[in-house]
Amino acid sequence: MKTKKVAMLGLTIALAMIMSYIEALVPLSFAVPGIKMGLANIVIIFVLYKIGTKEAILVSLIRVILVSLLFSNVMAMAYSIAGAVLSLSVMWLLKKTDKFSVIGVSIAGGIMHNVGQIIMAVILLGTEQIALYLPVLIITGTATGVVIGIVSGLVINRFKNIRL
Amino acid sequence: MDMFKDKKTRNDIILGIAVIILAAGIWLVSELLKKDGEFAVVTVNGTETAKYSLSEDAEIRLESENGGYNILVIKNGKADIIEASCPDHVCVDQRAISKTGEAITCLPNKTVITIDGEEEAEIDFVS
Repeated sequence: MKTKKVAMLGLTIALAMIMSYIEALVPLSFAVPGIKMGLANIVIIFVLYKIGTKEAILVSLIRVILVSLLFSNVMAMAYSIAGAVLSLSVMWLLKKTDKFSVIGVSIAGGIMHNVGQIIMAVILLGTEQIALYLPVLIITGTATGVVIGIVSGLVINRFKNIRL
Repeated sequence: MDMFKDKKTRNDIILGIAVIILAAGIWLVSELLKKDGEFAVVTVNGTETAKYSLSEDAEIRLESENGGYNILVIKNGKADIIEASCPDHVCVDQRAISKTGEAITCLPNKTVITIDGEEEAEIDFVS
């Protein structure tokens, strides 16, 4: 059982990293500055629903650290960690209430990832004006959240009869 | 696990609408508070380093602490970043700014351009 879990987590971390890599290859930044699809969140939501909360935290944090080291810089890590922590916390809370589907959980995750990064930017840069960028990021976070939620729901459904 | 349970889908939609209303609210308030600005203020790593009048056209190279740079251009009363050393170029993609409260941010270089109104207005804002 333990070996199986190690293998499963290794696999999901690798998958989350590939998602981040694909995302880096296809930047959406030209449309709305700073936005991302959040592909890696498909994997995080999958782990949250199919494996467990602790495992989701683990996969999310390791993914952020590795991706920051590989594809960007240490500065970016602070933003990513803030986004990941807030996003996962809120997704876990919403999932726990059992009042929302995967899509609702994913919407909240997408928005909170952006909010976490904005909070970190306000703290690190000391300029509150950055918060005025929130409306744009809330809207794009909702849009990407819906798409990611639908995809995550489909993936989770395929695994309905498989115990991980 | 039936994820398309009606009640949950309804809650999802309510959540979506609520956040969009929230975003619209924040946007509306910030739009209403905006005024034509007088100065472009450069903040690097949390400290204000320079202030340029928007009424004079200029092109300024801003050095950041990590050795990077951003090129700030002031033209026709608007401030814009046209070139930067950072890899993502989010700051270059952002639109030119001219109203108070607007900002252009370059996270990798920790550089933020904001717009200030008259000195008077600033004191009001603080008090």
